[in-house]
Amino acid sequence: MQQASGQALLEVENLVVEYAVGGKTVHAISDVSLTVGRGETLGLVGESGCGKSTLGRAVLQLRRPTAGKVIFDGTDLTRLAGEALRLMRPRLQLIFQDPIASLNPRRRIGDIVAEPLLITGVADRAERERRVHEVLVAVGLDPDQTRGRLPHEFSGGQCQRICIARALILEPQLVICDEPVSALDVSIRAQILNLLEDMKGRYGLTLLFIAHDLAVVKAVSDRIAVMYLGRLCEIAPTGQLFAQPAHPYTRLLLDAIPVPDPAVRPALNVPVGEPPSPIAPPTGCRFRTRCPRADALCAEEKPELRPVRGGQFVACHHPLIDSSAPMPANTRPQ
Amino acid sequence: MAALEGQARRGPGVLFFAALAWITLIVLAALCAGMLPMPGPNDMDMLSRRALPGGAHLLGTDSLGRDTFSRLIHGARISLTVGLLAPVIAVLIGGSLGMLAGYFRGRFEILATGGADVLLAFPPLVFALAVTAYLGQSIQNMIFVLGVLGIPAFTRVARAVTLSLSEREFVVAARALGATHARILIRELLPNVALPLLAFFLLAVAVTIVAEGALSFLGLGVPPPAPSWGSMIGEGRESLDIAPWLAFLPSGIMFVTVLSFNLVGDTLRALTDPRASAL
Amino acid sequence: MSSAALLSIEGLSVALPTPRGRLLAVDQVDLTLAPGRTLGIVGESGSGKSMLARSVLQLLPKRAEFSGRVLFEGQDLAQLKPEALRRLRGPALAVVFQDPMTSLNPVLSIGTQIVETLQAHTGIASQAASRRAVELLAEVGIPAPEQRLRQYPHQLSGGMRQRVAIAIALSCEPRLLIADEPTTALDVTIQAQILDLLAREQQRRHMAMILITHDLGVVAGRTDEVAVMYAGRVVERAPTPVLFDRMRMPYTEALLAAIPKLDAAPHTRLPAISGRPPDPTRPLPGCSFAPRCGHVDERCLAAKPPLSALDASGGQYACWHPLQPVAVEGA
Repeated sequence: MQQASGQALLEVENLVVEYAVGGKTVHAISDVSLTVGRGETLGLVGESGCGKSTLGRAVLQLRRPTAGKVIFDGTDLTRLAGEALRLMRPRLQLIFQDPIASLNPRRRIGDIVAEPLLITGVADRAERERRVHEVLVAVGLDPDQTRGRLPHEFSGGQCQRICIARALILEPQLVICDEPVSALDVSIRAQILNLLEDMKGRYGLTLLFIAHDLAVVKAVSDRIAVMYLGRLCEIAPTGQLFAQPAHPYTRLLLDAIPVPDPAVRPALNVPVGEPPSPIAPPTGCRFRTRCPRADALCAEEKPELRPVRGGQFVACHHPLIDSSAPMPANTRPQ
Repeated sequence: MAALEGQARRGPGVLFFAALAWITLIVLAALCAGMLPMPGPNDMDMLSRRALPGGAHLLGTDSLGRDTFSRLIHGARISLTVGLLAPVIAVLIGGSLGMLAGYFRGRFEILATGGADVLLAFPPLVFALAVTAYLGQSIQNMIFVLGVLGIPAFTRVARAVTLSLSEREFVVAARALGATHARILIRELLPNVALPLLAFFLLAVAVTIVAEGALSFLGLGVPPPAPSWGSMIGEGRESLDIAPWLAFLPSGIMFVTVLSFNLVGDTLRALTDPRASAL
Repeated sequence: MSSAALLSIEGLSVALPTPRGRLLAVDQVDLTLAPGRTLGIVGESGSGKSMLARSVLQLLPKRAEFSGRVLFEGQDLAQLKPEALRRLRGPALAVVFQDPMTSLNPVLSIGTQIVETLQAHTGIASQAASRRAVELLAEVGIPAPEQRLRQYPHQLSGGMRQRVAIAIALSCEPRLLIADEPTTALDVTIQAQILDLLAREQQRRHMAMILITHDLGVVAGRTDEVAVMYAGRVVERAPTPVLFDRMRMPYTEALLAAIPKLDAAPHTRLPAISGRPPDPTRPLPGCSFAPRCGHVDERCLAAKPPLSALDASGGQYACWHPLQPVAVEGA
């Protein structure tokens, strides 16, 4: 797998997450492998049921994988438990979709943001207050106005800033953002996305950015991975993915996005169909039930991720482009 | 938007404050029972048996000439002591079990809820009879019996609230920060579970007072001559045709007290409903 | 124009009492809609767009204070008796809400819900109603419609449920369909299909439609006119191509600019709108957008700009300092 500057910070190898619901098995993630380089932002897109949120939690071991490895900075997290795992936690943090539900409604903001420091044993009160003050300023909030209040006194956007502050106060290496702006108003989304970019620069973060909105992911990511029903379809540098998607599902996603320009006609040839259930995924390629290019091979054999060119990988028997196609202008392979 | 749909949340009404006032009054009276200017609860004035209210005896006397008013106040001591302490046992034990069951799930939850179900299924009167038969009648034993019988209800409430909270993002966030289970239970979950438990506690107080009354009425409570509202009702039964107030007065005071606890508990429950506070 | 209008909203205001004070949800809104046309209403949360939709249907909460007129085919809906209103809902006015899980009755089968609506308004026999229900489900693109009649909402996916909700809404051939964020809760590929379905049905039945959303992209290709709402007021309204071509109100322009674009380069810094949406319990004396606007001056802080008269291209705006129209090449 291609790597960004230096060694990869996160390597997910053959990850499988399955769990039982009412007697049936949900195949949430089936054999996913990817890497995230240091200082990189990897975007992870897919629709509901594709397993992207589960992947985020599985990386953090909040949901234990059924099989596979999660190697963070050289250590396999799947082999850690109890105290050893708890000690690793400050280095990997998570930002959630619903900012208001992510805050304890009965605790004050100052306590919430200081909590990570208490958990990791920063005993000096003055030190804690200084760091809380510093991180609240960094996320664009006024500490004096914020510390003593309760979460319900703040708007969604402000709550998300508080969550970001809490995630960053321990200066983690990796931050997994699980749909951080989906629940926010359009005019606030841009603020939070800009904030995340700023924080990434300031704290030297590596981000795994999970979202269902391709345009949002494009704005912040260096590379993008597309998931469908528990498997990876395509991984590519951002520019290449949008200019020349290789996987038919990526093409479908791109065509379906409503573009705020009346001159662009909505693509009315979007095929009818819904994603199958992760309880009984199709054999072979999971996208074949909705794919215009599917044939018998797709039903028999599961496609593996294969390089196309320039850092682009696709898992498809009949990709839209192959290595003979010229590179699109204005995109450079990393 | 959801808050716009509901009605503007009214604060506690007049009834709430009236109930609170009554509770305060009765608790104060019970605490100061020894100091109040009234005859002792067991002093028999044989010349004025079954007297009507008035004169030396504010509320009259019973069949043995004992001052009703004094017995009611002293009875309040017993009813309130049992009524408050038994639910305390229940909330401490039941609440903890419920929280642990709701948080850890798995086998512990099965054990805890199974145990609670067994306790619920056990006939409470038989349990009370057994305890009084083997350990005797006393306030402590009553508190023990009613406390133990109250555990399953608190287990259920605590477990339900904890279950709904455990999957909320702020708890997952705490786990992601590396908080220990103990820390999550105490710092994240407990502040949110405490208020609903408190509201339920007050309702449990009301139920326990009635239960104590029933046990005393049946003669399983504190032994005579100590007055208790329930035993007073029991004694008043014999005089229902000639002096009905002997049974109705203790019933009335128990009714008002239980109603007050119910009102306060209900109002607190409505006020601490998390949906109402989410604006 | 207003004599031909199917729906004419005049001076509509809705206020709600809340624990934090009187909330002005909708503030003096005027809108018209001709038969067979689609109006898109765009706004963020708190803009009043959902309250506006509910006002048209007269489905406001009991404590709401309502003023203004809602003229549907000449009749003021606010003045109608409940029985007359009930007869209109279904055959004349229909609605599709955002969350199909709560807008469908979870304990009744799909078939029962469609048949119920049909029988209540058209009085056809139950056999005929069942057949019509199957036809409707097929029209909205649900595979194996006969089996679906017996299924319950929880057995269907979100997209399927929304199709059922649309089928119910269309069952009595309404003349006006109000879709309140019909696709917000759905995946983007399902969203495209549902929006296509609505557009198709609207064309086929010559139905007027009001499409309410927070997404400018949704209205761009699928509406004839767009009205942008902010803090309870309509701040800009124009035929769709005109609106996107030259936005007059700074909020509309800022809203469009803040959306991450598919054709932008990666890591483009988004021009965010500073500040927060206004608190509807504390209305400002001047323009509600003033605290966040880049072109604000004293006049903006002092008085609320009214919605202007129609200009040559059919647009209206509420701004003291509208953006100058950009010279357009051959539009």
